[in-house]
Amino acid sequence: MTSQTTQTEPIILEMRSITKEFPGVKALDNVSLRVKAAEIHAICGENGAGKSTLMKVLSGVYPYGSYDGDIVYQGQVQQFKDIRASEHAGIVIIHQELALIPELSIMENIFLGNEPTKRGVINWAEARLRSLDLLARVGLREDPDTPIKEIGVGKQQLVEIAKALNKSVKILILDEPTAALNESDSQHLLDLMLGLKAKGITSIIISHKLNEIEQIADSITIIRDGKSIETLNVKADGVDEDRIIKGMVGRTLESRFPEHTPKIGEVFFEVKDWTVGHPNVADRLVCKNSSFFVRRGEIVGFAGLMGAGRTELARSVFGRSYGRFISGHIYKDGKEITLKTVRQAIDAGLGYVTEDRKSLGLNLLDDIKTTTVAANLRKISHNSVVDLNQEFTVAEQYRKSLRTKTPSVEEGVAKLSGGNQQKVVLAKWMFTDPDLLILDEPTRGIDVGAKYEIYGIIQQLANQGKGVIVISSELPELLGLSDRIYTIFEGAITGVLNKDEASQESLMKLMTSARKAEAA
Amino acid sequence: MNALKKLFGGNTRQFGMIFALVALIVFFQIATDGRTLTPGNVINLFNGNSYILILAIGMVLVIIAGHIDLSVGSIAAFVGVTVALAIRDWGIPWYAGVLLGLALGALIGAWQGWWVAYVGIPAFIVTLAGMLLFRGFNQFVGKSNTIPVPADFQYLGSGYLPEVGPNTGFNNLTLLLGIAAAAFVVVGELRSRARAKALGAEVPEMWVTALKLVLICGAILYATYLFATGRPGTSFPIPGLILAVLVLIYGFISSRTVLGRHVYAVGGNRHAAELSGVQSKKVNFLVMMNMSILAGLAGMIFVGRSTASGPFDGVGWELDAIAAVFIGGAAVTGGVGTVVGSIIGGLVMAVLNNGLQLLGVGADLTQIIKGLVLLIAVAFDVYNKSQGKKSIIGLLTQNFNRKQGPSNPNQPDETTSTKEAIAREA
Repeated sequence: MTSQTTQTEPIILEMRSITKEFPGVKALDNVSLRVKAAEIHAICGENGAGKSTLMKVLSGVYPYGSYDGDIVYQGQVQQFKDIRASEHAGIVIIHQELALIPELSIMENIFLGNEPTKRGVINWAEARLRSLDLLARVGLREDPDTPIKEIGVGKQQLVEIAKALNKSVKILILDEPTAALNESDSQHLLDLMLGLKAKGITSIIISHKLNEIEQIADSITIIRDGKSIETLNVKADGVDEDRIIKGMVGRTLESRFPEHTPKIGEVFFEVKDWTVGHPNVADRLVCKNSSFFVRRGEIVGFAGLMGAGRTELARSVFGRSYGRFISGHIYKDGKEITLKTVRQAIDAGLGYVTEDRKSLGLNLLDDIKTTTVAANLRKISHNSVVDLNQEFTVAEQYRKSLRTKTPSVEEGVAKLSGGNQQKVVLAKWMFTDPDLLILDEPTRGIDVGAKYEIYGIIQQLANQGKGVIVISSELPELLGLSDRIYTIFEGAITGVLNKDEASQESLMKLMTSARKAEAA
Repeated sequence: MNALKKLFGGNTRQFGMIFALVALIVFFQIATDGRTLTPGNVINLFNGNSYILILAIGMVLVIIAGHIDLSVGSIAAFVGVTVALAIRDWGIPWYAGVLLGLALGALIGAWQGWWVAYVGIPAFIVTLAGMLLFRGFNQFVGKSNTIPVPADFQYLGSGYLPEVGPNTGFNNLTLLLGIAAAAFVVVGELRSRARAKALGAEVPEMWVTALKLVLICGAILYATYLFATGRPGTSFPIPGLILAVLVLIYGFISSRTVLGRHVYAVGGNRHAAELSGVQSKKVNFLVMMNMSILAGLAGMIFVGRSTASGPFDGVGWELDAIAAVFIGGAAVTGGVGTVVGSIIGGLVMAVLNNGLQLLGVGADLTQIIKGLVLLIAVAFDVYNKSQGKKSIIGLLTQNFNRKQGPSNPNQPDETTSTKEAIAREA
């Protein structure tokens, strides 16, 4: 292997000052990455820091020319024009959402797009022999003819790796490989990565599970806000989870929140021992024995990494609109209530603003006024005939009070910017006059100015004596807004911190480990 | 032009279709030397297409909700034959026959709605099966025979408003109906305009409203004149009357009631609707059931018109109804469409059919032309969407618009955030 570097260990891959811009936005700003041959290199950063974008640049999803900077691989500057080109060179990426075809067999999936052929006809005998060998290498004991849909996620991940090995991979990139796996499958995968490392294969892993990274990684590069912050050598620098967290969140907290003095009353909403199963996977739990409560006038934060089960918890409480209900109790004003449908939840005084505005929160064909009243048509209709005048009046009232920027309430919601769309969605739920409003990522995809306004609206709702739950991936937002913060890790509530005892470090620690902290 | 657009609401396609309809009528009126707009022909046109237009009313709701119904022709035939047999063999009166037919339609609709809404089978499959099932039932029950219906039942499909009152040279009831309709439109429009103004909403200039009313009333009164001056014994047809009542009812339901809102919501974004407390299964069930009830009604009207029920009644009706709905501005993906638009779409097809027939164009060419019209109408819509709503009419009026209002009222007021850009890219 040729190497231009003079270091003791050869550098197999170097990404030099990579800058990637999307219209109006720098997703990657001068990011550098040096990966040594046959090491496991972890990339850490908060959601949206730019990890996935960097890997897309490396694997040719964003072709050469669409970014600035150089990719030096095995001593040569590479110009990948698509994924095929990077795979040909031996760089294979395995995405978080597996790219396997459920109806096809393990063998067919391994060789998909890369079929061994003899004069244009697939040579299945050879494919079979090779797949048996590949499956043995990844430690998967399954018949190659088994359809993918019949094996679990953990095994599917191994098939993906077998597929990569078949392409004579030199650098294997794994994006959140254990996010969907249980403990034992995760451990198996991590062991396999160590085994591949021993055979000279380099791995780059993106993961939110810092304990796993601490366990297997040799070096860690930390990315924050599109910039590479530092590269740590795990053994030499004695890196532990706390050190990684410090690097990930080390941004100063600006004062981006309106002044607010909470007026907190007594507990009025309580969920106890809430357990919910995954809607499709039989034995997987998305909420494990979770209990929490909300006081009147209180803003309660829910912190957790993507996929930790925050949305699942919220939606299953909101009229069981997600997952399979297994057990649990909901109490409101001291009385137990049962919410089997969204309608019942709304009638009981709950509101839920989804994180996925465009596909779950809005009918993009609607205009502002019909959206505003959509969740509470009853209030403006007599004998189930909608009063169009009242509809207009209500919409107009919310347009003014929330300062939605639009020429008229008859405008289509699809034309609004993200922040104004979110205001319309907030108006829709405020019009249902909820006692408890659950906001899932309320400021996702919204710029700073509009965020400030939305924070103001949230605080105003709390001042009216309503309970507000805010789910957010952005810790500064939770710290600035919440009176109390619960942390969630893998479907379980791992702790609760009061505003004055919470910090980014303490939250991140609870969000990334199963260690149960003492309840406050 | 911009003001004209306001006359008929914002839907470009519907607006275009009204123009297409008027243009078609004018074209055929000239091409056939005035044989298109004669009382006899217009009455015929309504009589011969009312059952398709009734189907289009139900079909547009099905399509707005995001489904399709291929079984309507077979259901119409099955209901028709059952009612004809019940009247002949059990001797039940005509009105009991109608009630039986509606009840049977509801039963069939409940069957199909259950599969679609609660079992979750795509409506395409359920109604494809229904198409075979109920055609089979029709031929099984009727033993593939033609079954005649008595004269009082025929009135439903081929009757006219009776002559009453003094001899004015017109059909008095038709005249009364026409004048009432015109008055209703004027009062309704002026009242809603006044209310909107009181609320501070944007209202079109007075002359726009006036022009709109003059045009609509002119059309209504001219149609009234044609219907009222038909050859003796004919006037406004009963099927047309049923259709008009249904358009009013369903137009109201779809645009003004909670249920109507829910149909649009489910079709536009089912998940968002469910998270807003809409019971989407119930909505889907009702929409499918309603379609079958209307199919039963259409079947009975057809039997009344053709004086007998036969084994091949209603073949191909589903396609005519679906074509009417799509020409009338509905979207294949659901969430978009109007009852009035579908009726206009159906009339475009009907006028085309009728005009080509009057010109002596053969059935082969007629089908080719109708096929092209459907394709072009939907292509026009798809083009509109891909071009960011810039329609042909929009392009023509572009400069005019610029002079009138702010150049770009919808300019984004915020910069795009990092995450949004990344999300979009991903």
